[in-house]
Amino acid sequence: MDISRRTFIKTSVAGGVAVSALGFDLREARAAVRQLKIQNAKEYRTVCPYCAVGCGTIAYVHGSGGLNTKNTIIHVEGDPDSPINGGTLCPKGASQMELAISPRLRHQPLFREAGASDWKEVDWDFAMDWFARKFKESRDASFVERDSSDRVVNRCDGIAWVGSATVANEDAYLITKTMRAMGLVYIDHQARI
Amino acid sequence: MASLAATFGRGAMTNHWKDIKNADVILVMGANPAENHPCGFKWALEARDNRGAKLLTIDPRFTRTSAVADRHLQIRPGSDIAVLGGLIRYALENDLHHSDYVQAHTNASFVVGEDYGFSDGLFAGFDEAASNYDKTAWDYERGSDGYVRRDDSLEHPRSVFQLLKQHYDRYTPEVVADISGCSQEDFLMMADIICSTGRADKVGTIMYAVGWTMHTVGTQIIRTAAILQLLLGNIGRPGGGINALRGHANVQGATDHAIVAGILPGYLKVPTPEQTSFDRHLADSTPRPLVPETSNYWGNYPKFYVSQMKAWFGDHATPDNDFAYDYLAKQDGDATWLSIWDKARQGTIEGFVALGFNPLLAGPDVPRLLESMSKLKWKVVIDPFMLDSAEFWKAPGMDPSNIDTEVLYLPSSHWIERDGSFTNSGRWAQWKEKAIDPPIGVKPDTWILSELFWRVKELYQEEGGAYNDPIQHLAWDYLNPREPTMGELAKEINGYDLETNQLLDSFGSLRDDGTTSAGNWIYTGSYTEAGNQMKRRGTDDPTGLGMHHDWAFSWPANRRVLYNRASADAEGRPWDQTRAGIAWNGREWIGDVPDYGRNTPPAPGAPGAFIMTEEGVARLFSSHLADGPLSEHYEPVESPTRNLLHEDVPINPVIQWYDGVRETLADGYDEFPYACTVYRVVEREHFVTSNVPLLVESMPDFFVELPEGLAEEKGILNGSQVRVWSKRGEVQGTAIVTKRIKPLQVDGRVVWTVGIPVHWGFVGLTQGSMANLLTPYVGDANTNCPEFKAFLVNVEQA
Repeated sequence: MDISRRTFIKTSVAGGVAVSALGFDLREARAAVRQLKIQNAKEYRTVCPYCAVGCGTIAYVHGSGGLNTKNTIIHVEGDPDSPINGGTLCPKGASQMELAISPRLRHQPLFREAGASDWKEVDWDFAMDWFARKFKESRDASFVERDSSDRVVNRCDGIAWVGSATVANEDAYLITKTMRAMGLVYIDHQARI
Repeated sequence: MASLAATFGRGAMTNHWKDIKNADVILVMGANPAENHPCGFKWALEARDNRGAKLLTIDPRFTRTSAVADRHLQIRPGSDIAVLGGLIRYALENDLHHSDYVQAHTNASFVVGEDYGFSDGLFAGFDEAASNYDKTAWDYERGSDGYVRRDDSLEHPRSVFQLLKQHYDRYTPEVVADISGCSQEDFLMMADIICSTGRADKVGTIMYAVGWTMHTVGTQIIRTAAILQLLLGNIGRPGGGINALRGHANVQGATDHAIVAGILPGYLKVPTPEQTSFDRHLADSTPRPLVPETSNYWGNYPKFYVSQMKAWFGDHATPDNDFAYDYLAKQDGDATWLSIWDKARQGTIEGFVALGFNPLLAGPDVPRLLESMSKLKWKVVIDPFMLDSAEFWKAPGMDPSNIDTEVLYLPSSHWIERDGSFTNSGRWAQWKEKAIDPPIGVKPDTWILSELFWRVKELYQEEGGAYNDPIQHLAWDYLNPREPTMGELAKEINGYDLETNQLLDSFGSLRDDGTTSAGNWIYTGSYTEAGNQMKRRGTDDPTGLGMHHDWAFSWPANRRVLYNRASADAEGRPWDQTRAGIAWNGREWIGDVPDYGRNTPPAPGAPGAFIMTEEGVARLFSSHLADGPLSEHYEPVESPTRNLLHEDVPINPVIQWYDGVRETLADGYDEFPYACTVYRVVEREHFVTSNVPLLVESMPDFFVELPEGLAEEKGILNGSQVRVWSKRGEVQGTAIVTKRIKPLQVDGRVVWTVGIPVHWGFVGLTQGSMANLLTPYVGDANTNCPEFKAFLVNVEQA
């Protein structure tokens, strides 16, 4: 008898379940099916963070967004609507939730003093003050307004900025805008290496 | 991408992922998409399964892509130009090129000046002392009207077509086989399939990645492929093109937005010290037409530049101050990666910031890099994860007490904790929603950058200091100046009509008088008064070719295939009706968004199809690169053979040499007899995946891929520990002995190739040797992209 899986299911359901033929009652099994974990989750359309195919993904999130709650990703899968990947993902893309919630994500700014053999924890205010101070110091020390041929160059020779091909376009643009305004020319990212 | 711009006028993947399904022949070379771009590669399989397309790989290894290909050709690392040059010769010799296309859409008929020549490995104009070319020796010949002289018969001995024929005539199947190590028969079989697309009703595509770019001749490898694709009439057509497969989620976007030495957003140019006036910068950067019939779209450069300065400096960019021309630094010489670390080594660069980037693992010659890094006064590393680069003072063999660099590590949020857009390889800018908030203690990149900007700005206000007008006057009109939203930034990138304060629909509206703004002109149209076009999720595909114009936004102008005017003949009829890119219906061009005036008829004398070139056509011969108007085979700086074409000029003669680097290269190949190349595996993406338990579990350890015969010769057993060393450093790992690499016959001797994966360091969930302990500190003559893909090593049982 030539019967496909789909026809079989259809027949079984339409036939009100052939207990005698199967030897067991599908109604019981159906009643025991749990609700899908993602059923009440919010869906966010995002893009895979790995290679540049740009696979569409859907992140399923639990949580009200309230200040006293923590939104939690419970599942990430390919977006079937995406004309690029049509819902499929590779081994990396399929495991991206593990990247999103990796226990190795850091939450603490760290500072290493000259010659030190370990980090010490610092707060954000200290960190950003130090960063800005160093940035200004090196900029002032290395700034060239006129070169040896007396041409206006207005260039900061002492600081380099690299990255990143992993940030969004809008951040990439802001990085370029800000660093060019600071006078940097040593600017590069992963496209070259 | 330098080479695609030099050939076609824009440096980007010509087509897009889904378009690959429209191809008849797919050549994968310098890439391994089955492993590194699996979901995009699906469209190659779709073409194979549904159209009967032929899928071919040319690679030093039998890759996972080769495993599903119709044919595979193994070649020696660094011999790509010889093979591609051989394909060009094969097409011309057997009259397989698409002659109508070549006539209509390339500079084949252009006559080159009398100064041009090529002999013994050098093009005319070589300056030995300066190690560069005087490129005026490659200029076209001009007629009395000032335009380039042309010969439509293509028979003029100095026509591009004849010079091309002559140049590649040396790349016979014998030469290809001798240099690359493949057999002539296998090469010819491959050539026959590839060149079968030189007809109107056939289209072939090429997929490449860093397997091409990461050579001292990387740009010219791509040039060779571009020339081949032009001869076969495969550019601008659905199912055709040269498709650069990018390796990080937003490599394309970060390049478009110019986190890149030498360019400003939208591929505008960073001014140089010679450009002492704004007018001079514009004159140097705005090409003049070389023929009457060209759109010469880069002729609009002043509009793009002025609009960008309006976005950056607002009311402080005025005609009176040359739109803040003095605000931008004038760059003197190379400022790319290798130069950055060379300046650090010399102590000129004292501060270094890495955001979302792991420089220590990413750059070549790790021992040299560590030395340079240790000389920095300070370093800031911004990333969601701890990176090897932040802990370089703890790297194996380092003594922290000897390193005075102060290091700050800042934990930043990652992609899913932030909205904004990523631009994929195929130029589709897709908006991503924020799914969760960053954890407490973690800050978004935008916050960190804004906070740095404000604190620096305030320090200058309080204390004064070096020229800081550009900092004080930088436009920062964001509702929350301490953390601009992605929407605000996206609108700024798109640009406004400053007279009406309306978002612009098209870069066609940009002006050079300061009445428009656009942070990045190629993205104008991405966020209009109609809303954020990058968010669009329409799935309609009326062309049936997978263009999906209602899905996201594709720069420029939502165009899906670049140079699509070339998908039709001189009269505007598609070369192939079943795969029409655009077609002239008597009133307008229909199909894709035309890369051409929508209402410009294809009359004789109409502008050429390649609107971004001053020639109006694509350049088979191009004077836009540093190392030659045509490509030439040069050996990698470390090679297991002499250069069989010109022994006296073995390597690219115009690459940049840094102090002390020559001493770090193998002298000949006796001590280091094996070719080596590096690669990725599907379970990993560079370094970030070393933080993902599932992926680390599936590919835990560093390994060395050894060909069976070599392992046998050396008495190395599969699974045992081996040591691999170059003149620069050594790695140790598990030997994976495979049949994927065969011995090659090169210049009468056997050459073996060894493979090394790049994914390990000393900070991840599992630790392993850094592949870049082995690689050389040299780069491509145009891009300075390091030669990671071909160098020499030795191997022994550990």
